[in-house]
Amino acid sequence: MNARVIDLTRGEVVLDGRRILRGVDLVVEAGETVALLGPNGSGKTTLVRAIVGLHKLSGGSLFLFGVPAGRFRDWWRIGYVPQRVTAASGVPATVREVVRSGRLPRLRRFHRAGPAAEAALARALDAVGLAERARDSVADLSGGQQQRVLIARALAGEPDLLVLDEPLAGVDLDRQESFAEILGALAAAGTTILLVAHELGPLEPLVDRAVTLSAGRVAAVGLPPPASGHHAHPDHDHVHPHADRAQVPPILAPPPWAGPP
Amino acid sequence: MTILSYDFMQRALVAALLVGLAAPAVGTFLVQRRLALMGDGIGHVALTGVALGFLLGVAPLITAMFAAVAGAVAIELIRARGRTGGDVALALLFYGGIAGGVLLIGLSSGGTSGTLLSYLFGSLTSVSPGDLTVIAVLAGAVLVLLAGFGREMFAVCHDEEYARASGLPVRALTLMLAATAALTVTVAMRVVGLLLVSALMVVPVATAQQLTRSFRTTLLASLGLGVAVSVAGVLVAFQADVAPGASIVVLALGGFAVAVGMGALLRRRRSGDASGLEEDPALAAEREP
Repeated sequence: MNARVIDLTRGEVVLDGRRILRGVDLVVEAGETVALLGPNGSGKTTLVRAIVGLHKLSGGSLFLFGVPAGRFRDWWRIGYVPQRVTAASGVPATVREVVRSGRLPRLRRFHRAGPAAEAALARALDAVGLAERARDSVADLSGGQQQRVLIARALAGEPDLLVLDEPLAGVDLDRQESFAEILGALAAAGTTILLVAHELGPLEPLVDRAVTLSAGRVAAVGLPPPASGHHAHPDHDHVHPHADRAQVPPILAPPPWAGPP
Repeated sequence: MTILSYDFMQRALVAALLVGLAAPAVGTFLVQRRLALMGDGIGHVALTGVALGFLLGVAPLITAMFAAVAGAVAIELIRARGRTGGDVALALLFYGGIAGGVLLIGLSSGGTSGTLLSYLFGSLTSVSPGDLTVIAVLAGAVLVLLAGFGREMFAVCHDEEYARASGLPVRALTLMLAATAALTVTVAMRVVGLLLVSALMVVPVATAQQLTRSFRTTLLASLGLGVAVSVAGVLVAFQADVAPGASIVVLALGGFAVAVGMGALLRRRRSGDASGLEEDPALAAEREP
């Protein structure tokens, strides 16, 4: 097995005629935890979406686990947590049902899920602290809890690489700490982690390397920058800029009472 | 029961049973995918297929099936290509389907717009033994496909992007869902009619989810509701001498109204048990672990 889990060379992505990524190099080694930082519009989300196969590269080359992305078939090895404010859809679904769909890439078609799948499901629910709520409808959960459902869904497939897009968006500070613990345990168990963050907050100690994007290019690589300025202040009330983005209907935003009990 | 002594009523009731199963089964996935109106679009296009059958002297059920599948695939491809202009393109397809149907039926010698009416709202006497065979085969195919690919369908309809990132064949699965929706429209055409078929796909699902928390229960409950209103609607249509599509859909909507009331009552009792007070959503959220 190649030690390089992600190997992107001069990656370019064009969306609706706009060049979003302009030659990005990114290497993530097995077992590393890498953070993608940068301002809104710098291409962080586009980059992870290209890595998980949601955008086609218009230039450059991408290898996943040593295999050219075009020929990569072992998608179960990648657990993807999209940037979402809701885990619900048009029909009610329980936490368990949603998390179970994350096991699908591991299952053989028309075969029932075996005890290994059930055990992985239970571990995934435990890891995010939602075992108690497995039978509840995801629509009845708070925004932060729904985010944890999506993380559990990615964990249910027991991936080697976890890709998280803004996992802390809309999650309050207390929950950020417990979330950092979850990720820390996974990293300690050998899972490779690539995460997009607006700022690292409590995740900072976990991160081996931070890659900062700016205008579709890599602007800096190195140790994660320490929190500075008003962000570092303990009373800093971070208002996430995505919460008021026009394409997110207000009804989907986490409710104002989604805070800690 | 004397009703059952009529051959056409026996066929209509069997057809209603099959439609009552197939329509909500597909409908649950369509609603989950927030494509509740897809059945309407397919129904409009299928009307052109019906008229084409009269024009060519072929069984309308067969030509409608081909038109419905072609329309469903077109809708799915237009939808997948992008958001901009997609809904306008769909609207064009809908109007084209109705206009094409009325135009072609006018050109044919066999049919009149009165004939079309029985396809638009269903007709008890119209299910021939040959139709019933086609309906049974198609409904069976729909149910087998959905049962076989239920897990994949759930994943795709719940979160299409995640399904694609998981390596699922999303395009093939969405086209399969569109095709099963088209087959269901064909199946339901004789009983509920093309203009009301979508109601039988959507209303039982909307009714079930007033009272359910899981996808599985919603699906099973909507199947039960679908069968109940279809069979009861056919019986009412016979007694009252009305188009079965109308009686089925009115019954379904009545069931929906009852479920909304029951759902509200249930939620109030749940929250009442917990606090004994009128519930404030903020308090409800704070009790969560």
